[in-house]
Amino acid sequence: MTRSASRLPDILKQNDADILRDWVKEQLATLRPEAMSESSLREQTQRFFGLLRDAVQSGELGDITGPAWTGVREMLTDLSQSRATFGYTPSETAMFVLSLKQPLFTRLRQDVGRDAEALADEVWTATLLLDKLALFTTEVYQKGREALISRQQHEMLELSTPVVQLWDNVLALPLIGTLDSARTQVVMENLLHKIVDTGAAIAIIDITGVPTVDTLVAQHLLKTVAAARLMGADCIISGIRPQIAQTIVHLGVELASVVTKATLADAFAIALQKTGATIGKPAGR
Amino acid sequence: MDRIPILRMNEFLLVTIQVDMHDRLAMTLQDDLTEQIVRHRARGVLIDISSLEVVDSFIGRMIGNIAAMSRVLDAETVVVGMRPAVAITLVELGLSLPGVRTALSVDKGMDLLRTSFHGTPNGAS
Repeated sequence: MTRSASRLPDILKQNDADILRDWVKEQLATLRPEAMSESSLREQTQRFFGLLRDAVQSGELGDITGPAWTGVREMLTDLSQSRATFGYTPSETAMFVLSLKQPLFTRLRQDVGRDAEALADEVWTATLLLDKLALFTTEVYQKGREALISRQQHEMLELSTPVVQLWDNVLALPLIGTLDSARTQVVMENLLHKIVDTGAAIAIIDITGVPTVDTLVAQHLLKTVAAARLMGADCIISGIRPQIAQTIVHLGVELASVVTKATLADAFAIALQKTGATIGKPAGR
Repeated sequence: MDRIPILRMNEFLLVTIQVDMHDRLAMTLQDDLTEQIVRHRARGVLIDISSLEVVDSFIGRMIGNIAAMSRVLDAETVVVGMRPAVAITLVELGLSLPGVRTALSVDKGMDLLRTSFHGTPNGAS
């Protein structure tokens, strides 16, 4: 509809220096001063403006998914992903595009100001276009954030489940944080593989760092213990705090089939005893 | 191969499951094993499942059954070499094989049996 009639391509082409200057000024006003240096912002804006201007020349103002807009889309994707990683807010990211409105509308008014109807049409076209670009930016930003979160979640999962070897044939699994099904699965697999690798006969599961034990967590623990037993390793659960001991009994969780100890030290002593190792002070002291 | 070999080591029997178990094979194994326990008056059975990669509820139950049958015939069963994935599967299936002793390797399983019969892992009674 506005494909041939719009003056937008010409306006962008003729007034590029002015619009660019105003746009940068507009962005500097809205952006936190510590977020980005003026020179890099100017450089970014200039690059994007160039791409936008070229894309607009194609006349495809209604549809930014077309081939003419590939460069613009790529640049916006890069920009919002890097902003997502550096901790910009969504509005700051979207503002990058939206702040172009003011300078652009000013030029439009200067150009077709006499004809109110034409001006309204032009403003509408420009608004549609910029809104689409801003929405696209926000969408990519969101995706970037989600990828970041899921990666961090994954890293946390890896980080939080170390299996350490305390002694010959004795492994310890210090659990920290809440146990959910996904984590238990990782914990269980880590432990079982470590048992195979080291040939350990005893594994101590220390739950000092587990804030709450409900029936689900207890069930997960028992599953881990059962799986380790199937592989031929005995499990000891240690680090049960008084509060947790009370909860376990109140919930009616049956832990009778597992050796439980109050502290890791006690569990370690039992483990050594079972494996036939002894530690003592040297004689004569 | 339609039979799983059962090896005799003094008073113990060693069963190594090297192929994927199917139901017929499992039933044949039950027959053979009980017969061998009686014939050799075996006192312990080692079942090595370190090559077993896939288990279903039937195989899990079968292992439990073999252990129970051996116990009736006064032979102790030790399941050795279970893989982590198999262990997780069995636990998720709700088959934690109560009453079956387990060990990480054939060596350790043998030590376990010797200890429970002779009091020492070396077999010097």
